[in-house]
Amino acid sequence: MNETKTHDPSLTSWYVGEDFYQDLVDAFTDWQTDEREVDDLALRDTCRRLLEKEARLLDRRRLEDWIALYAPECVYWVPATPHGGDPRREIAVSFDDRRRLEDRIFRLRNDFAWSQRPQSRTARLVSNVTVFATGDQAELMVCSTFLTTELQAGDRRTYAGWYGHRLRRLDDGWRIVVKQVNLIDCDQNLRNPSIVL
Amino acid sequence: MTQHEAARRPNRLPTTQYDYDELIHEDRVHQSLYTDPGLFREEMRKVFGAVWVYLAHESQIPKNNDFVTSKLGLRPIIVVRDNAGTIRALYNRCTHRGATICRQPSGSARSFSCPYHGWSYFNTGQLSGVPWPEGYGCDFSDPKYNLAQVPRVASYRGFIFGTLNPDAPSLENYLGPVRRPLDEWLDRHPGGKVAFCDANRLKFRGNWKLLYDNSCDGYHVIFSHRSLLAMENRLVAGNTPEKGMAFYKNSPDDGPVYLKYFGNGHHFKDKRATVEKRPGALWEIEGPHPGMERYEAALRARLGENADAVLDLASSEPVNINVFPNLHILGNHVQVSQPLSVSETDTTWWGTAVVDEKDALYGEVDAVNALRMRTQESFPNFGEVDDLMNFEGIQAGLAAEEDEWVYMHRGLDVPGRITTDADGVITGPSTDEVFLRETYKYYRQLMTAEPDIAITREVAHE
Ligand code: FES
Ligand SMILES: [Fe+2]
Repeated sequence: MNETKTHDPSLTSWYVGEDFYQDLVDAFTDWQTDEREVDDLALRDTCRRLLEKEARLLDRRRLEDWIALYAPECVYWVPATPHGGDPRREIAVSFDDRRRLEDRIFRLRNDFAWSQRPQSRTARLVSNVTVFATGDQAELMVCSTFLTTELQAGDRRTYAGWYGHRLRRLDDGWRIVVKQVNLIDCDQNLRNPSIVL
Repeated sequence: MTQHEAARRPNRLPTTQYDYDELIHEDRVHQSLYTDPGLFREEMRKVFGAVWVYLAHESQIPKNNDFVTSKLGLRPIIVVRDNAGTIRALYNRCTHRGATICRQPSGSARSFSCPYHGWSYFNTGQLSGVPWPEGYGCDFSDPKYNLAQVPRVASYRGFIFGTLNPDAPSLENYLGPVRRPLDEWLDRHPGGKVAFCDANRLKFRGNWKLLYDNSCDGYHVIFSHRSLLAMENRLVAGNTPEKGMAFYKNSPDDGPVYLKYFGNGHHFKDKRATVEKRPGALWEIEGPHPGMERYEAALRARLGENADAVLDLASSEPVNINVFPNLHILGNHVQVSQPLSVSETDTTWWGTAVVDEKDALYGEVDAVNALRMRTQESFPNFGEVDDLMNFEGIQAGLAAEEDEWVYMHRGLDVPGRITTDADGVITGPSTDEVFLRETYKYYRQLMTAEPDIAITREVAHE
């Protein structure tokens, strides 16, 4: 794990290894149990505000501010199967580490990404926020439901599903370590899925 | 001997209402090929009904009784490995009044029972029972009550095809010389095979041929994929080699990348000559992917000089192999195109995983696949979406119906670009539109003929 300290995750991908994947799959397996549900309203509000802020920054296309909500070593994961699956063995709709997320932002900012010319406009609702404890005080899992309406090239579309956010408390507050986007139509053919979901 | 049931066309519709010699010229085709719903309907019969159509991959139905649903043109199909192991392509259409009998995309079933009135069928297609048969005056052992099925189903090294045309050549002959790049693509993997491992699923509002027209096109790359090329190279410093598809930037007309046309609409774009022939060279030109540095270091530590060849298996093979009308192999993906209507098409990019039954990879197959999943996700996310919007752009542009022509004459009448070998295989620069011209000659031949489409209801095993 020393390696991860000496390598900049924006430039190299040292943290995505076997242990990382295993931990990811474990964290996203059977986590929404009643016993783990957190009823602390203040904590729930903290999580909720983070998710709402994320939605607002994406809607405003403040992509650099948006990615600042993420921990340096993070993952944006859109599974292609309704059960999440194991990203080591299955293709995902998207599976971005920090560097690839920055790639994504770079491309969305590039004037020649034709799938985003014209740029999509989006309006995101995030609701039904439920917070779950983990074995670690500095880590939370958050389940929410989303509905994103997109205007792309004059045509209005929607994405719906639920998010699983894994949050970690760092020195400067809670940050997103993993965002799992579970589309209700993840195993269907999608038309121009080029926005950040 | 299989009994074929000739498919009679009702109402004696004219076989065509189009003059294909007027619509298809060597240098150009008419916009109605992409926009006319009546012409699309003819294609579902004369193209998809006449040739071998890719249906599924054997790794999707590994065990007896496994099935996966598919389509042959617009016909809903269940591809099943029946209880005796024979692969069949059953029509997903109840003999009674026509409901689909299987509504799951995949699974395992010895029989299918129709949700509407409960007729049920073995997975051989044989009718197994109807509720309250005493209300019928017929003999249900008559095979005419069995499910229809595609009369000819065959596999080529795991790829399952079917044809409704009793006069079609054998699958091997239909594929012809495109088998060579297909063989080479498979043979770079241990055991000469791959397994499907879920997919990047996309769709676009455009005609299915827009995708086929693009599949061997080396002309569009630096324009349509400009953002991807910039992205892949944004971290490249100094004199390290450029990544991904950068070779298209250097006068692609006379570079080492070439295309071949094999006949029957099949073609091939070969970019391998841009990669040095040594282990590890393919891995070196991979753009950045999640886990790359970590896995590479671990593999090098464990395998030493053998690591290079193993890493190459996680890298994208620089070929596009296009099997008319609906199968494409590009990089490590198996891309299947599925027409939905004249102006809507699904394109499903099946990921492939390495299968290592004999431990040719020193126990590292899981590490290879963990990397290989990520290398495959890149292009559908950052490249294909831009192409699909350009296809949608064409479909929108072609609404201008009196502006009639779509041109494909790049390379035509320019001497010295094209060679044709003794077997009729054509070779040219990757930016030449000769593959389009040749494919449309074959297409015109198909569209001016009327295939004898047949189905069977025989359930005997081979
Ligand atoms: S339509 Fe299938 S049983 Fe009637
Ligand atoms: Fe392309």
